[in-house]
Amino acid sequence: MSSHSSLIESSATAQLELLMRGDLFSVELTQAYLDSIASRDANVGAFLRVEKDRALAQAASVDKRRQSNKPLGKLAGLPVAVKDVLCDQDTITTCASRMLENFRAPYDSTVVAKLKAADAILIGRTNMDEFAMGGSTENSAFQITRNPWDLERAPGGSSGGAAACVAADMAPLSIGTDTGGSIRQPAGLCGVVGLKPTYGRVSRFGLVAFASSLDQVGPLARTSQDAALLLETIAGHDLRDATSLDRPVPAYSQSVAEPLAGVRIGLVREHFAEGLDSEVASAVRDAVAVYESLGATVKEISLPHSKHAVATYYVIAPCEASSNLARYDGVHYGHRTDEAEMLEELAAERKALEAAKDEVGLSRLDSSLVRMYRKSRSEGFGAEVKRRIMLGTYALSAGYYDAYYLKALKVRRLIRQDFDEAFREVDLIAGPVTAQTAFKIGEMVDDPLSMYLVDLYTVSANLAGIPGISLPCGFDKSGLPIGLQLLAPPLEEERLLRGAHMYEQATDWHQRRPEI
Amino acid sequence: MSQLYTTVIGLEVHVQLATKSKLFCRCSTQFGAEPNTQTCSVCLGLPGSLPVMNRTAFDLSLKTAVALNCVIPKFTKWDRKQYYYPDLPKAYQISQYDLPMSSAGWLEISDEKGSFEPKRVRITRAHLEEDAGKSIHDEAAGKADSEIDLNRTGTPLLEIVSEPDLSSSAEAKAYLQELKLLLTHIGVSDCNMQEGSLRVDANINLHIDTPEGKIATPIVEIKNMNSFRAVERALDYEAPRQFRVWQETGQKIGEAPKQTRGWDDSAGVTRGQRSKEESSDYRYFPDPDLVPVLVTDDQVAEARKSLGELPADLRNRFVQEYGLSAYDASVIVNQGQGVTNYFEQVARESGDAKSACKWVTQDILRLLKDGEQEINAIGVSAANLAGMISAVNDGKLPKPRAKEAFELMLSTGSTAQQAIQELGIEQVDESALVELCRELLDKNPRVVADVQSGKVQAIGALIGQAKKLNPNVDPGRFREICLELAMESSSSE
Repeated sequence: MSSHSSLIESSATAQLELLMRGDLFSVELTQAYLDSIASRDANVGAFLRVEKDRALAQAASVDKRRQSNKPLGKLAGLPVAVKDVLCDQDTITTCASRMLENFRAPYDSTVVAKLKAADAILIGRTNMDEFAMGGSTENSAFQITRNPWDLERAPGGSSGGAAACVAADMAPLSIGTDTGGSIRQPAGLCGVVGLKPTYGRVSRFGLVAFASSLDQVGPLARTSQDAALLLETIAGHDLRDATSLDRPVPAYSQSVAEPLAGVRIGLVREHFAEGLDSEVASAVRDAVAVYESLGATVKEISLPHSKHAVATYYVIAPCEASSNLARYDGVHYGHRTDEAEMLEELAAERKALEAAKDEVGLSRLDSSLVRMYRKSRSEGFGAEVKRRIMLGTYALSAGYYDAYYLKALKVRRLIRQDFDEAFREVDLIAGPVTAQTAFKIGEMVDDPLSMYLVDLYTVSANLAGIPGISLPCGFDKSGLPIGLQLLAPPLEEERLLRGAHMYEQATDWHQRRPEI
Repeated sequence: MSQLYTTVIGLEVHVQLATKSKLFCRCSTQFGAEPNTQTCSVCLGLPGSLPVMNRTAFDLSLKTAVALNCVIPKFTKWDRKQYYYPDLPKAYQISQYDLPMSSAGWLEISDEKGSFEPKRVRITRAHLEEDAGKSIHDEAAGKADSEIDLNRTGTPLLEIVSEPDLSSSAEAKAYLQELKLLLTHIGVSDCNMQEGSLRVDANINLHIDTPEGKIATPIVEIKNMNSFRAVERALDYEAPRQFRVWQETGQKIGEAPKQTRGWDDSAGVTRGQRSKEESSDYRYFPDPDLVPVLVTDDQVAEARKSLGELPADLRNRFVQEYGLSAYDASVIVNQGQGVTNYFEQVARESGDAKSACKWVTQDILRLLKDGEQEINAIGVSAANLAGMISAVNDGKLPKPRAKEAFELMLSTGSTAQQAIQELGIEQVDESALVELCRELLDKNPRVVADVQSGKVQAIGALIGQAKKLNPNVDPGRFREICLELAMESSSSE
């Protein structure tokens, strides 16, 4: 077990070297992680399903091909966990929803296809907030995921399982998705590296949509070097996604170790305002001081429209979600209510109305089709999903569209313009990922508005379509990780990774491990 | 005006574009396949699937819009039209809402028989959208289940909306015929109504002159018209119906909700379906899965260039170049490109457009109507018909026997030359003809006497005999010679 623990505590990049040299078998590595999952996940709950047999078979196949010198993909033999929102052909993809509890996609998402082509070992599917809506993973219809640093606390979300499994060494690499901060926020709260790429950098094909204009797939890992490795595997143009960018993918893992000489770092005035925890603020300021010691210049900048970012986000994202989730109607796939029961219920209602001679009630009684829709959807979706569907449906309704959706689109453009302005003066923007460290499980379940404010520092990047990274930059008095967020102009993931890497070289926060 | 009211009609036409694959995925659009065999994750709306625009569909719609004289904006986008129905798997239709790919066009209509004045019908807009699937409701007793076929889901449709510029069923029919002719001519759709490639909804109301001034009746949308004839009949039924309703209720536009009525073809009536009291809120918004389409001037110019000669141009040219009457030019061009090309080949190769026109508009069109066959399948090719006309003009084929030759060519596919041989048609030379006349006049002194006394028609009896003796005899010429000879003998006496 001790050799195991040193193995699984080493970086994915180091593991890959061992694998490539033939000093480590993928079966061995995969088994080490499976063992780790077996001993820790009962406490953490990061995985919805562990694909033990398939993973070992895949690992054995990689080992065999390596021994016979057959060509192998660039992640050959490395386990990767995948958020349960990316389709994997013929296996279940639930989005942590009752609605898709038994849904098997007949196709691979592009990201999963690329992982398979890279000979990554798909070790299991991680928990999330239902349809990626939430910031704590408590909205999963199936289970709670706990923060490995404090099991009483939430790992953040929606990619809570993706962050927790890396933090607890149950997978060296994992795939998350980020619509308003869903990679960066849990990465920050779990003390790992998480990168949200530029909108369009990674294909969304096969990613079950939450908010199409905001969703991006990205890597979670221990180090920026590992994140670079995973990003270069999944990024790239895809003809099946009209919004994907037709731009070459840099060799991130090659360039990541080059420090950014004389990098200009911007600190956003509005980020250091009321509500920011003092320990988080000082950790971020210390991190900036580290950059200065490495030759960076620091400048205060302003993003004047960032104060509207959360409001803008909570119009646009629910609008798109209400439309994207309309297809889950019980007709073609997904949860459908018990029809016999539903018809019986309708018949009883009709009888009662007839007995009462309630003509109005009768005229308003659902048709069986409408009742099927209603019941299937109310049974299949959880409270937060319903809340957002209602918000979005309302905001898109006749008479409200201009005031909400159209206005939000305009503010969105202003937010993007703020960034364009800022990036004329600085190369990277640094700031906190979240205002607080990990909160207690259940702390905000009855307070959706506070939960929405968890996205305060992260949503702007989604609205602007720019890339952002979260990396560990310290711990608070309770020993909970603090995240540093770096933002860069569109398609400058390389700059983000290099910036994160130079910080990691000067600090050791990323090497700390939770005790589980 | 003797009429009590004017009818105001606008048409919404959905045309299926002639692409091999659907608008946002690569599934086939072939009609008639087994249900649900032409589907994929995209058109089924499965989680995670994404639409990707079919460029060919866009190009075809651009071509159509240009042919309809529309304004083509440089920027157009896709919107989601949201509603729940089991044959709409995503619960939204990808369509175009406020920035359609074209607007403000027109189509000219006229009637060769002159039942209405030629007019320019304005086109409000033409936009591209995906079709929904097909719901099949089994209405048989005790069967409550509906079946859904999603083969059609995602098929590209161009919705062409006219302004309410049509004022009679005849105009509506002419508009549809001209539109169909144009679309099939430029090859963007087969416009097959039986297969649903062309669907028509009509909006109709009346403007009634009253002592208090002109009033408009509530607008009715008529659906379920499966042929141009049905459109004509439905409109002819609906206008007087609205007039009767107005006489009974006095309801004006705005006082009653817009109504949707279905045409019952066998009963010959429209029936109320649902009233659009609360107009559905489709919650349109831009589809975030698709990028806007930018159209350049070059692309529009390219589309214009690809159109070639349109039906209206052809009609004008036939009048100018071949000296056809406007009526004949219309009759030919309205038959579509096959007949038009056929006519032109016959006219060019024979050098006799008038005869070409006569043969095409009479004999060829009769064949097309009788046998419902395609112009290309007709036994007489354009080259052969041209050859036949030339033979007549060159005197190799007596005009009265041309029909006979045509029938033979039709059944055997032979050339005029072969038919002439087959029928044993030979030029009878003048001296032989004079000889024959003499012989017959000598045998029939009675006829000679009749002719001399002024009964010229008595010669007719001799023509029959002459044809029996030699079928190649040109009866006209024979008659002339006989008359001459008969008169000669009279003057010599």
